[in-house]
Amino acid sequence: MFFIYPIFYMFYLSFTSWDLVSPEKTFVGLENYKELIHSPDFLQTLSNTLFYTVLTVGISLVLSLFLALWLNRKGNRYRFLQGAIFSPHIISLVSISLLWMWMMDPQYGLLNWVLSLFGMPPSKWLADTSSAIYSLVLVSVWKILGYNTLIFIAGLQSIPKEVYEAAALDQTPWWRKLTRITIPMLSPTIFFLLIINTVNSFQVFDTVQIMTQGGPANSTNMLVFFIYQNGFDFFKIGYASAAGVILLLFVGIVTIFHFLFLAKKVHYR
Amino acid sequence: MRKILKPVEWIGIAIVSLIFLFPFVWMMLTSLKSIDETTVFPPKWIPSSIHWENFVQAWSSGPFLAYLINSIFVSLAILVLQFITAVPAAYAFARYRFKGYKILFGFTLIALMIPPQITFLPVFIQMSGWNLINTYIPLILPYAASAFGIFLLRQSFMQVPEEILEAARLDQASEWKIMWKIMVPMARPVLVTFGLFSFIYHWNDYFWPLVMTNQDVVRTLPVGIAALKASEGGVAWNIVMAGNMILVIPILIIFFFAQRQIIRAFVYSGVK
Repeated sequence: MFFIYPIFYMFYLSFTSWDLVSPEKTFVGLENYKELIHSPDFLQTLSNTLFYTVLTVGISLVLSLFLALWLNRKGNRYRFLQGAIFSPHIISLVSISLLWMWMMDPQYGLLNWVLSLFGMPPSKWLADTSSAIYSLVLVSVWKILGYNTLIFIAGLQSIPKEVYEAAALDQTPWWRKLTRITIPMLSPTIFFLLIINTVNSFQVFDTVQIMTQGGPANSTNMLVFFIYQNGFDFFKIGYASAAGVILLLFVGIVTIFHFLFLAKKVHYR
Repeated sequence: MRKILKPVEWIGIAIVSLIFLFPFVWMMLTSLKSIDETTVFPPKWIPSSIHWENFVQAWSSGPFLAYLINSIFVSLAILVLQFITAVPAAYAFARYRFKGYKILFGFTLIALMIPPQITFLPVFIQMSGWNLINTYIPLILPYAASAFGIFLLRQSFMQVPEEILEAARLDQASEWKIMWKIMVPMARPVLVTFGLFSFIYHWNDYFWPLVMTNQDVVRTLPVGIAALKASEGGVAWNIVMAGNMILVIPILIIFFFAQRQIIRAFVYSGVK
């Protein structure tokens, strides 16, 4: 099994100190975890990951809900737009990262030109500690928006039309329909996307590795990249494994929520 | 009211398509420019002359033929193996209640939930312990069984009416034959959907090939193209974008022809 066994192995490694080369793994107990908790770099990585996740998931869910409400219609132009916003989802993150790096080029990038159109000062995007993480959020929102929107559209189509017809008779204003009917009826979809997007955001790696290498000044370092660096660049296998266990813990908590919810959903049917 | 809404909607359509499609156009335009034209501000839109040699330069900056062959080989090998393993597993999960069913299916669900980004380090150590790093095995084997594929196929196998199977059994068809001759053809749309999903995912994958290899001979296109940026120092954007095109074009062609199928493939994975 390539899923179960590695996880136990990772637990075991996280209690050892090992550099990948030497024949002996030294048992160190909880030392790695202690070191992690006292490492400012790790704490920053952790908070970066959470910050990035909350921002990405929040923004993309709200935007995609509105896009879905708008695009949930028949007609070629809506089909075209659905395809357009979905297209980043099937493109390799490598391409997307490189493309956006080019557009975010502080000197010759397209985005600074767009800013100048609106009379705004140029941004350094990835090169500045204050803007780098927002730049990564921008890229990932751009990538997942189409997927979320289409899932929302699928959810919207499963809401019975009679509910809206009744509301139309009562002349309910649109925002009331949104908060009283649409959002509650969509709650399974919202919950599903929340879980999936959160778990995915925890695992962000490609954009970090290609676009920023965790910099500047550690401001965009995230958990998977931290594990990768400590494992493959610094050869601190035990230490990296301990960070892996912590990531697993986060994903596990979110996943357990998912299962509890799924069980409930099946129950109600 | 209607008259105001129409133009507003058209502006919305224009803005949204611009935001999502223009970056790809920009990639294409940049890939055809000379290096000087990428370093002007404000940006120059249309290249004054078309520089096809950017593609040649990108292609010859590394063993791109090997990358391409590896990409095709790895993605297809994974696809074939996933079919071979998913079909019997899904059939068993859909039609039989055997001993350990719950545990095995539980494992499948857990595998569905645990991303490779968590297990890569122990898997790498396992593989390097067996001296398999820089072979195709660590690229392909961990993906040989797809929990997602099993799950998806099981759903569609469960919808095949039991009567058809009983009729086949009366005709003394073996279970094996029932599976390949009845179940598989009936689940064809789902198989196509899953095939597209799997191929695109592994064609695009960067993380796993990066982690599991450190030599060019077995590396795939995404890793090669990401390295292109490093070797060009991040300056020659026209070359980097040309490399990017090599990676993106096959997927865009597939997307163009099978857009509805692909969207279904990916959205299916969500809605289940």
